[in-house]
Amino acid sequence: MHETMIAQSIVEAISKAAAKYDAKPIAARISCGQLNPINDEVLNFAFEIVAQDSVCQGAKLQIVHIPLKGKCKNCGDAFDFDIYSPGCPACKSNEFSIEPDAPLLLEEIEFEDK
Amino acid sequence: MKISLKKKILDKNEECALQNKAFFADNNTFCVNVISSPGSGKTTILSRTVGDLKDRLRIGVVEGDIRTDTDAKKIRSAGAAAVQIETKGTCHLSAEQVTGALGAIGAADLDIVFIENVGNLVCPSAFDLGEQARTVVLSLPEGDDKPIKYPGTFAKADVLLINKMDLVDFVDFDLDRVINHVRTLKPDIQIFQVSAKTGEGLQAWYDWLTKKADAKQPKDD
Repeated sequence: MHETMIAQSIVEAISKAAAKYDAKPIAARISCGQLNPINDEVLNFAFEIVAQDSVCQGAKLQIVHIPLKGKCKNCGDAFDFDIYSPGCPACKSNEFSIEPDAPLLLEEIEFEDK
Repeated sequence: MKISLKKKILDKNEECALQNKAFFADNNTFCVNVISSPGSGKTTILSRTVGDLKDRLRIGVVEGDIRTDTDAKKIRSAGAAAVQIETKGTCHLSAEQVTGALGAIGAADLDIVFIENVGNLVCPSAFDLGEQARTVVLSLPEGDDKPIKYPGTFAKADVLLINKMDLVDFVDFDLDRVINHVRTLKPDIQIFQVSAKTGEGLQAWYDWLTKKADAKQPKDD
């Protein structure tokens, strides 16, 4: 249930920005890579609970999953690495390199128009 | 109105992890984060490692569990400093909890600090604790499908200890399947086949640890 900790971190960051801009947040977009296991349903649920009684209450969370890029050492194919089925999709080789995984980011906040 | 932030989430954990990393570098301490399912034998491996290496290296252990200090007691009786973190329900250790524990075991004077994470193959892998190496333990009775089911944890590991090798003739566990799959997730991973019960294979793990600890500058005694 580390999604709760992530939800707390998001609510804190949005609340800080809301105070700075003196505006009501209505939506936020976050992005994550493939190696940090985030479950959208659980995170949305945790966010809803943690946001209660804060300025974030009712705000919608959008979660974008960024692919992990792999490059095959055998055929040179660049592909989106699927950790549940690792290997080059073109030639099936297991010899490949992986680029760094995308970090967990709070990308954007949308505020209510004043 | 939309504002673009690109702000890291879990930045508090990351800040504390960086602090821990700097602490280990400043004190020439080698830190290993040990992750596995409950019951894989983490504590038994660490107790045996402490017992076998304590004359050569100064070792301390940070124990993470939801409740009880059972594991810390086992480590102390093996002959190393140990501090227990009770997470009281949380499924992983955070970098901040580790920061607090380092003083308690006198980590600045140690050659190796092991952090035994909460038994769980999912959540601990998302939290950097500031360690220099990550070790995953997989034991034979758990089954050979674990790397397929929990790829994130294995993809981030530097070392895989395949434990309970003394049971190899009694359980259906395809070693080649595990080793091949883990290498596709992490091509340069170090894999040691061990039995913490009989001691089989542990020497290679000790050699790896000793080499890593010796690569650090010697401490001023």
